[in-house]
Amino acid sequence: MPSPQLRALGSFRRWAGSAPGWSGRVAAPLWLSLGQAIHGQGGRLMGLWGEDRRAAEGCFLVHGAFLFEQGLLLAEQEVNAARPETPSLAAIFPAANRMERTLYDLLGIRAQGLADQRPWLRHQAWPEDQFPLRADFPGSDLGSAGDDRYAFVPVSGAEVHEIPVGPVHAGTIEPGHFRFQVLGEEVLRLEAHLGYTHKGTERLFQGRDIAGGARLAGRVSGDSTVAYGWVYARAVEQILALTPPPRAQWLRALCLERERLANHLGDLGALGNDAGLAFALTQFSRLKEDFLRDQERYFGHRYLMDRIAPGGVAFDLDAGQCASLREAGRALGLAVARLQEILAEHGGLRDRVVTLGRISPPLAADLGMMGVAGRASGQAWDLRVQFPQSPYDALDVRMALESDGDVAARMAVRFAEITESLRLQDQILDALPAGETLLPVAGLPADGVGAAWVEGWRGEILLWLRMEEGRITRCHPQDPSWTLWPAVEQAALRDIVADFPLINKSFNLNYSGHDL
Amino acid sequence: MYRILREIIRLGRVGDPPPKPGPAGADGVPGYFRHSLAIRQVDAGSCNGCELEINALNGPHYGLENAGFRFSASPRHADVLLVTGPVTRHMAEALRSTYAAMPHPKRVVAVGDCACCGGVFAGSYAVLDGVEAVLPVDLHIPGCPPDPDALLRGLLTAAGEPPLAVEESP
Ligand code: SF4
Repeated sequence: MPSPQLRALGSFRRWAGSAPGWSGRVAAPLWLSLGQAIHGQGGRLMGLWGEDRRAAEGCFLVHGAFLFEQGLLLAEQEVNAARPETPSLAAIFPAANRMERTLYDLLGIRAQGLADQRPWLRHQAWPEDQFPLRADFPGSDLGSAGDDRYAFVPVSGAEVHEIPVGPVHAGTIEPGHFRFQVLGEEVLRLEAHLGYTHKGTERLFQGRDIAGGARLAGRVSGDSTVAYGWVYARAVEQILALTPPPRAQWLRALCLERERLANHLGDLGALGNDAGLAFALTQFSRLKEDFLRDQERYFGHRYLMDRIAPGGVAFDLDAGQCASLREAGRALGLAVARLQEILAEHGGLRDRVVTLGRISPPLAADLGMMGVAGRASGQAWDLRVQFPQSPYDALDVRMALESDGDVAARMAVRFAEITESLRLQDQILDALPAGETLLPVAGLPADGVGAAWVEGWRGEILLWLRMEEGRITRCHPQDPSWTLWPAVEQAALRDIVADFPLINKSFNLNYSGHDL
Repeated sequence: MYRILREIIRLGRVGDPPPKPGPAGADGVPGYFRHSLAIRQVDAGSCNGCELEINALNGPHYGLENAGFRFSASPRHADVLLVTGPVTRHMAEALRSTYAAMPHPKRVVAVGDCACCGGVFAGSYAVLDGVEAVLPVDLHIPGCPPDPDALLRGLLTAAGEPPLAVEESP
């Protein structure tokens, strides 16, 4: 274990292989000390989830994933099956609040010391005393009534009024509810209510084989299908103690950078549009569409779904295709640079985005922010830089960092990352190792636990997996949106309601990957 | 301003010419919504992949508005309800209310494998395995996700045009 402070907490063992990860079990009384020790080192909570291990071990487990300067720490805690409770980490890591409420919704494990005990992912679909991730979930008494009972925190005052928005929004976007409490035009408080897209994804994983799980992992969130496909594949490979061929690893990184490019292009266009600059939407939509058509042509899917497979990748590129991609990348880089100059000079756009939706670096640190939004607020986390795993260890990624924390900064990070991803694409295409791209995994005896993370386009994505006899018994994907949604609520404060779409778009967080 | 204009001219017209609305249906009866159709989209729990393609359809390559379609911010102005996702139990009520808020006549189009039958999420405790469980569906557009061409063909069919002779895009 890296730090003496943490060593005292239990016997953590380092993972086999090159990834800087440690796993171990701690007793409930040490759960909070562990959180404090991580926090004291400047570490963050990445995810929190539970597991029904009553059949195998006679207890529940609560898993926590923490990221600190030396890597990832996976801690698990045994929870009494008769009195399922866990000490709440929410006082240390604000992001734990909703994760712990979800722990109750799905597994019936109560977070002790958590003042906010409202349900989070559960609306009215299943009864309060049933827990979908327990093995004995009856799945009876299911309903499809709307959820009009959620107790939003009220703000009082004679002049204060509330604006409910959603779950269905005006545009073609995912569903969620936003409750604004406003004074005149100014937002005093914003609270999100999510869970509308809860599909029972985690339970659906259970019982699937390697290939079935891969198909589902690629659909946890369509805009991050590469990132989820990759973490799933790597978790499986960790269980199988199998290293995919070098060429496959490089092609995976190519896909991940292209996923980043596609989403950043789309977001920059949509941001311009939300600020009243339709020109930006048209221009960026055209660039994105050409980019997607290339993906269909060379990779076989417009969004690269199912391109990453456990054991490698399910496609290959020949030299001519690599040359075409390089050529298209160069043209894209020039076009984006031209648009960036035009947008930077556009007074109307700057008026809308500069100082809007600001999250200061100290607040961002408190909230544990990372990803695009974190880097726009001075939080220097990028797993490709800090914990580079093959092929990123050979690529030398330059992190985009801004400190103003406003919509303009989040746009600037995206512009910088487009340039960087195009540079990485060039490097990857130049240095692509030869060889095979896929090792067979079907029928291998997958048995054990695996975990993996990547820096997706929005932020870091983590997946934890347990397999027994070739079947998944528990799979937990963790989207960065869990941590970033509370930041959106903060960012909207003191701005006006009409600016919210722009602020929200500048984060562009995930619903499907969050609601699971 | 000058640079914006220059970029607009540089971009010019992209993509394929929009499909021409065909003649009336085989029975000679024009469809209800010929030539102008307002679309309301509801995500009933998709993975957001289908939304990406619907948004792509709105881009300059597809000339959606030239073909007479536009997206409406309110169901009260909409002729067609485009639904994605396996219909989560948590979204079922919002979907019903959106449909109820639309004026008659109206049509429902299920977009993507999920909306057609639940797709990869079929069988979960939390979903209803497709739009049909909640609303009458006039047209299914399968695919995971269906690409913009498939969406456009589907919309033309829903608009009451006869089965399509849209030019294949290269
Ligand atoms: S059909 Fe495919 S792309 Fe569409 S919502 Fe379902 S899983 Fe996602």
